[in-house]
Amino acid sequence: MTADVVRVRDLVVTVGAKPLLVDVDVTVHRGERVGLIGESGSGKSLTALAIMGLLPEDLIPAGSVVVTGHSGGGVQRVTSVLEAGEPALAAMRGRDVAMVFQEPMTALNPTMRVGAQVAEIMTIHRTVPDRGAAARRAVELLDRVGLPDPADAARAYPHQLSGGQRQRVVVAMALANDPALLICDEPTTALDVTVQALVLDLVVRGVEARDAGLLFITHDLAVVASVCERVLVMYGGRVVEAGEVQEVFTRPRHRYTRGLIGASDLDLTRPDGKLYTIQGSVPSSGRFPAGCVFRNRCTHATTECESLPPWQGSGPEQGFACWHPVMAS
Amino acid sequence: MTEQLNAVDPPAIRVHDVTREFRRGRTSLTRPVPVVHALRGVSLEVARGQRFGIVGESGCGKSTLLRIIAGLDRPTTGSVQVEGVEISHLPERRLGFLRAQLQLVFQDPMSSLDPRMRVRDIIAEPLVAQGHRDNRTRVHELLEAVGMQPDAAERYPHQFSGGQRQRISIARALAPDPRILVADEPVSALDVSVRAQVLNLLAELVERLSLTLVFVSHDLSVVRYVCDTVAVMSRGEIVETGPIARVYDTPEHPYTRQLIAAAPRLRAALAGRTAAVLAAETLAAQGGSRPTSTAAPAVPLPPSSPKDTR
Repeated sequence: MTADVVRVRDLVVTVGAKPLLVDVDVTVHRGERVGLIGESGSGKSLTALAIMGLLPEDLIPAGSVVVTGHSGGGVQRVTSVLEAGEPALAAMRGRDVAMVFQEPMTALNPTMRVGAQVAEIMTIHRTVPDRGAAARRAVELLDRVGLPDPADAARAYPHQLSGGQRQRVVVAMALANDPALLICDEPTTALDVTVQALVLDLVVRGVEARDAGLLFITHDLAVVASVCERVLVMYGGRVVEAGEVQEVFTRPRHRYTRGLIGASDLDLTRPDGKLYTIQGSVPSSGRFPAGCVFRNRCTHATTECESLPPWQGSGPEQGFACWHPVMAS
Repeated sequence: MTEQLNAVDPPAIRVHDVTREFRRGRTSLTRPVPVVHALRGVSLEVARGQRFGIVGESGCGKSTLLRIIAGLDRPTTGSVQVEGVEISHLPERRLGFLRAQLQLVFQDPMSSLDPRMRVRDIIAEPLVAQGHRDNRTRVHELLEAVGMQPDAAERYPHQFSGGQRQRISIARALAPDPRILVADEPVSALDVSVRAQVLNLLAELVERLSLTLVFVSHDLSVVRYVCDTVAVMSRGEIVETGPIARVYDTPEHPYTRQLIAAAPRLRAALAGRTAAVLAAETLAAQGGSRPTSTAAPAVPLPPSSPKDTR
């Protein structure tokens, strides 16, 4: 049996005639932490929504997305997300795949006590025998994510908690049913840096304890390097480079990856004392050039780049798509 | 003696023992109105030509302090002098000089530009407000200074990306030829690849026009690149001030140490500073009283990776 918790192949998402995602391949194995990095508009969040089966109605997906849940009672639950109907998706979400969003205030119901929200996800999926057990387990989970005085916290409403505490509640909800895959979409961008460190640790420990897969979306390279083992770099709706975190960040091959690393390192300056930059700015969706999506901002672009660069590497988990890659040293 | 010196050449900004209290809505008829102490006795001095950073987490009072320095809000007690003039009690109509001397760049380039105005009108507005008439050439000059094409003047803000809009904001701030530029998280809303461009531009303009810069950020590494001096704020107070290199390398206050320990850094992360290490260091720094050993990166940095990113 395969140990992939999610397997995305040739995912294309279009709105009208405009392509938003093209040929996206993502695989996350059991117990593996994979980062998805890129700037705004690169298609990271859209990929996550496609896996969750949460794409807005006017977006048309094609390709395949297969989620393999935990084996419950000897039966492995496999969901083909793009073909499945809403009941099957509802059974998958929150159980096989759970998601932590960027903004904890909008992810929580303001009219419900947080303990009840954590308990609800377990009663809906019937992973606990009764309501009482769900409530007890909710308090236990809130304790596990480090909320002080969890019994009291369970009775609080979201607005009574700080941003970091709210995000802990969201993590507790996401981990409640021991999902096979946890997707985090910029989970710490709205948090202060000291709180971020603690929440990142919480996510990693939660995933490790459950032997779950993690798909971690962020624009912050340092955060990815602290959390993940493998990384996918997205730009213009395509995966442009993939590989081990160490390999990609120390020996990037794609010109975009190299540029991104240079631009985010504020400790490193050019000889004239300035920061390394990527020229221009990210085009709006559907305005990326044909051929190599990065060619209008790349200093190494030639006429060759007007045709699509082929994927070079050992497979979708390791490789890059660039006509003029950075030479491996 | 210092007072005499200051009388001759006052610092660009001097804030003395400023407090600011906000009264919350009444929650009970019998109990007093709850008061939020946003600033609790803040004092600082920014010398002319200095690049002064203010760092702190959300809710620490850094934006309130900035608004008071810019004359957009008034302190509850204390004094604020800009170029030697006390501004804390001046009525709005007498703050004209301040608007010419001190200009602001805000965080969100989407909401700080009027969507119904053309770029040329946005950039010329501070000039018009101060009674200048024909500003065409000045607008083109400013667009060029921030690295934009002259034809941008005829377009509207929505036709530009976030980074370009932030360039327009900077051009507008520079229009009245101010001596002090105040930037409130100017790169926090920008993409990584564009952030470096805007930081380069700010550093270059401050240098070329010999501006005094006050730069507010939650990110100590950004401040480290742009500023020479930093003040670290926590809960409405300045807990540590000093040259940026000193504060960054040997932080004295536990809060500063925690701030540095908690920030993920790419090269340290690649050398094995995982989320677990990050959290442990943050908690250790929170414990306080520990010597500077926790503040320095716990693992040696590998040799720098990208060399010619051009």
